[in-house]
Amino acid sequence: MAARLTRCLLLLLLPALLTGCNAVVMAPSGDIAVQQRDLIVISTVLMLLIVVPVMVMTGVFAWRYRASNTKAKHTPDWHHSTQLELLIWAAPLLIVIALGAVTWIATHTLDPFRKLGRIDAMRPLPADIKPLKVQVVALDWKWLFFYPDYGIASVNELAAPVDVPIEFEITSSTVMNSFFIPALAGQIYAMPGMQTKLHAIINKAGDYEGFSANYSGAGFSHMRFRFAALDGAGFDRWVADVRAKPEALTREAYQALEKPSEREPVRHYGSTMAGLYDAILNLCVEPTKMCMRDMMRIDAKGGLGLNNVYNVARLTYDQPRQPGRGAYEDSYVLALCQISPDQLQATRSDAPRYSPLR
Amino acid sequence: MTIEPTERSPLMQAIFGRLSWDVIPFHEPILLATFVGAALLGVFVLVQITRAKAWGWLWRDWFCTIDHKKIGVMYMVLGIVMLIRGFADAIMMRLHQALAFGDSMGYLPPHHYDQIFTAHGVIMIFFVAMPFVTGLMNYVVPLQIGARDVAFPFLNNFSFWMTAAGAALVMVSLFVGEFSTTGWLAYPPLSGIAYSPGVGVDYYIWSLQIAGVGTLLSGVNLLATIIKMRAPGMTLMKMPIFTWTALCTNVLIVAAFPVLTGVLGLLSLDRYVGTHFFTNDFGGNAMMYVNLIWIWGHPEVYILILPLFGVFSEVVSTFSGKRLFGYASMVYATVVITILSYLVWLHHFFTMGSGASVNSFFGITTMIISIPTGAKMFNWLFTMYRGRIRFEVPMLWTMGFMFTFVIGGMTGVLLAVPPADFVLHNSLFLIAHFHNVIIGGVIFGVFAGINYWFPKVAGFKLDDFWGRVSFWFWQIGFLFAFMPLYVLGLMGVTRRVSHFEDMSLQPFFVVAAFGAVLIGFGILAFLIQLYVSFKRREALRDDSGDPWGGRTLEWSTSSPPPAYNFAFTPRVHELDSWHDMKARGYERPRDGYVDIHMPSNTSAGIILAGISAVLGFALIWHIWWLAGLSFVALIGTAIGHTFNYDRDFHIHANEVTDIEDTRTRQLSALRS
Amino acid sequence: MSSLATTLSPEERNSFYLREDHHPENATLLGFWLYLMSDCLLFAVLFAAYGVLGGSYAAGPGPKDLFDLPLVAVNTSMLLLSSITYGFAMLEMARKRQTATLVWLGITGLFGIAFIALELYEFHHLIHEGAGPQRSAFLSAFFTLVGTHGLHVTFGIVWLVVLMAQVHRRGLTVPNMRRLACLSLFWHFLDVVWIGVFTFVYLMGVLR
Repeated sequence: MAARLTRCLLLLLLPALLTGCNAVVMAPSGDIAVQQRDLIVISTVLMLLIVVPVMVMTGVFAWRYRASNTKAKHTPDWHHSTQLELLIWAAPLLIVIALGAVTWIATHTLDPFRKLGRIDAMRPLPADIKPLKVQVVALDWKWLFFYPDYGIASVNELAAPVDVPIEFEITSSTVMNSFFIPALAGQIYAMPGMQTKLHAIINKAGDYEGFSANYSGAGFSHMRFRFAALDGAGFDRWVADVRAKPEALTREAYQALEKPSEREPVRHYGSTMAGLYDAILNLCVEPTKMCMRDMMRIDAKGGLGLNNVYNVARLTYDQPRQPGRGAYEDSYVLALCQISPDQLQATRSDAPRYSPLR
Repeated sequence: MTIEPTERSPLMQAIFGRLSWDVIPFHEPILLATFVGAALLGVFVLVQITRAKAWGWLWRDWFCTIDHKKIGVMYMVLGIVMLIRGFADAIMMRLHQALAFGDSMGYLPPHHYDQIFTAHGVIMIFFVAMPFVTGLMNYVVPLQIGARDVAFPFLNNFSFWMTAAGAALVMVSLFVGEFSTTGWLAYPPLSGIAYSPGVGVDYYIWSLQIAGVGTLLSGVNLLATIIKMRAPGMTLMKMPIFTWTALCTNVLIVAAFPVLTGVLGLLSLDRYVGTHFFTNDFGGNAMMYVNLIWIWGHPEVYILILPLFGVFSEVVSTFSGKRLFGYASMVYATVVITILSYLVWLHHFFTMGSGASVNSFFGITTMIISIPTGAKMFNWLFTMYRGRIRFEVPMLWTMGFMFTFVIGGMTGVLLAVPPADFVLHNSLFLIAHFHNVIIGGVIFGVFAGINYWFPKVAGFKLDDFWGRVSFWFWQIGFLFAFMPLYVLGLMGVTRRVSHFEDMSLQPFFVVAAFGAVLIGFGILAFLIQLYVSFKRREALRDDSGDPWGGRTLEWSTSSPPPAYNFAFTPRVHELDSWHDMKARGYERPRDGYVDIHMPSNTSAGIILAGISAVLGFALIWHIWWLAGLSFVALIGTAIGHTFNYDRDFHIHANEVTDIEDTRTRQLSALRS
Repeated sequence: MSSLATTLSPEERNSFYLREDHHPENATLLGFWLYLMSDCLLFAVLFAAYGVLGGSYAAGPGPKDLFDLPLVAVNTSMLLLSSITYGFAMLEMARKRQTATLVWLGITGLFGIAFIALELYEFHHLIHEGAGPQRSAFLSAFFTLVGTHGLHVTFGIVWLVVLMAQVHRRGLTVPNMRRLACLSLFWHFLDVVWIGVFTFVYLMGVLR
């Protein structure tokens, strides 16, 4: 009985704990996360419809039919009742039908790849609003954010304007990670050579935490970043500040950055090499490497035949975290083409690329 | 502790591979102390065995045994030993997480911490839960179906030793080299050679491959046993419910473990040969690994829980003094779960970016599984309804299960809703969920099973008081350890983190650590229960062979049962056949015994498994000559074993008569 | 099975045990069949891996550049013929003709060795050309699928030789006949798998 008592106490405590502490999943600040929170609540209530009776019945039956209670009815051979059997299959079935319908709809409306349709529950999305684009790269063990519309980049700090849809394109440099800002929206994996997407919106200005939710090796615990949700003017100031930074995220700077490191401080890059994100996504930052995109195009046409059989060094993408075990030593074939120097600087423009709601 | 490639002569390299003194963790005080402790304990045990002159007995009667009952007991012992190891990992993690806040880095370096959470997962699933489940099935199934042994007794012994060999390799990794730091499913590219060049992942691969062979063969074995060796008259729908769940579990084992073998094989090819299945290079595809491992991994969950559903069914029915409510729907529910368990694997990675339709399909199939599971819960409830419930220790564990498991089931269905999973995936909420179902379901079930069948195994009951103490520590400890994790998950805290900056989280981790300590007391109380029961065995003795008023055939024999289980093969007329026999005035046969045909013991199983362990060790450390030698030895020994045709003997009728007469006297003494 | 109760004599209906020693049906063939099904799943994994990676040539050679269909056709016929000769061995076994059984088994083994030799030649040729299992994910999957099948055949040959020795020493005893039946299942199973490999990997690879 003590177990039940403790559980009851804990259940009573739970709401208090959740409000007392920062239960960000239960009190998020972005519309997507809010809808996900609502879904958690709805599903839990739906299931409690059956869980609570079961727990009550367990307690009642256990008490009422205890061996010492000889007054209770005892029917040792009663083992079947068609009505009851129908009921015990139908009750969970009905709940699951309801929950399944909710799931089907919610999974489609909250699909991270789907463009947003509203700012929040009250406000639909104006037709002319332009979303903020952010390209996210999970590195060992820090986060790199590109703002392609501004030609700037930042490490371990993400800034976004309030009430403007954000389109994330997400990839990773080496191993699997998961991009997660609980206050903003659910997580999605960041995988090397692949791109996932996330559409989200933040409705309340403030400082939030983001991190990797998928274990990625020794430095994983500190793979965290600050997510600053700013009002329109604040965001413009932030962009201007970053742009004023002399540091440029060139190929060399990226290759230095990409080496495994922990607890990296926030960094800002006033300019970035054009196409760098694309090169990271295609695992061909190293100019001698063949881009995944090209490789897949060649493969779709049936490969390059035996002529190209020894042309292997430019296909080795895994970068060992420990020196001395690399596949780089046996590089001996160069890529067929290289990016020309005039492409190295991203185009810059002063007009805001998103349309803030002011 | 990274293994630096030190400069060494080619000769040394050829002889020792990657093995050197540097890999022994002398510089890690925790490991060193553990090693010294384990070594002292080991020496103590060895000395005790030697002093008792028990080596011959141990070797002949246990290590070489093909008796399913003894093998079942050995599985349970293995499970208990590994439970202690796995729990040691757990308490170290809890302690570390309770300490590692802000400026304090905790007492474990990340590299050590990462090994511990990986080892904890691997050990608890493969070397605790699996041996427990297999052990229960091994012991009980042949008795429940009225068989003399399993279909392939030698294979049974071999399977056990392969499992033990896998466990031994994991234990060796503690003191020689390191274990994997990749998490218990070793997702590539992280587990690939580029990002995990050490021996850890190799230990992981080979211990699981070796144990996997054992599990697969034991699955084939029990499946063939249940299909072919049931007593006459026992149709499928008259099979005890535990045997039904065992049947479904073994179908799952045979249909799931080859996938694990396959996918780990591909990973090892990536690591050893340089192929490109899961690398980023040359067109590899890491997502394929994630899919394949979960195509094994999800059925594995049901491999673990289904037999325990069977245990709970037997226990509820026995201790309510009632026939199981809705036997047929229980069977159908089990079969439906078996089939559905193959259609849900993707719910482990909704966040990998499959489309909304794919995600909702797998989400909904997952929810559908909760229908038969819910039906089972109601069946147990209505078995208790109008019963006479005796709250003996097995029933206590079952009650604990019924309360705990519904919460775990609920959070599980919650996680099956893809958008909800997006915020809860990889969080401590997930950790709390699966510990909720694995502790509340599997572990509680195993303890219910141990307390329920122990009198059959040993001839005396387990001590009631310490059993209750153990239960309450586990139950309350579980709540303290995992309810905070649910909350932490809702606070957006992820798993596998070795250091926190947010000080407001610390109280929750402290509570969780306290809960883990309580669970530790629960395990301790269980060990005390075993010890006290052994000391008080005369007082706890049960000569009837049927201490609980059982309903199935295993309770019709003596406790412990004779080597041949049944002097005469039972004839079955009804479900709950022992209950039927008692109700219809069954008289034990007193004479007319005949010779009984039995398989003979053999040392081939332990030898083959020993060589496999050496082979695994050689492959882990790249000691190629030893790998080659042990491979040849393995094949040679296996072939040599097939030349032994002399594999059985007869227990003479006189001997049977002696044993059965003793039993007759025992029973009549009990009656007078 | 429910008819069992009605077919029981009244005496049997009230008896709870069998007086004579009960010999359950031998489960070896069923057990071996179950093992084969699990092995089948292992191949399913490898086929699936090939299905996923079969187009990832990593800008290297594809099936059209590599596979030599006439060679594979000869190879396939070796294995198919070996299945037929194993069938003859089983027929002779049923007639209890030990020598003839051994001869057919021997021929089966020779076909098996020819198959393995041709496969090794093919592998050697590919690796020599630079198209080894490390060259691309496609080649990794190809070598693993075909190589695993080859390992199974090799194991089958070893088993065959062992069984021939055992039949030679002990004759066509019940255990030996059971073992021959198991190996027969195994051998035909490998044939079926190879037909899958031949169609799915070689034919579809070259003709696509």
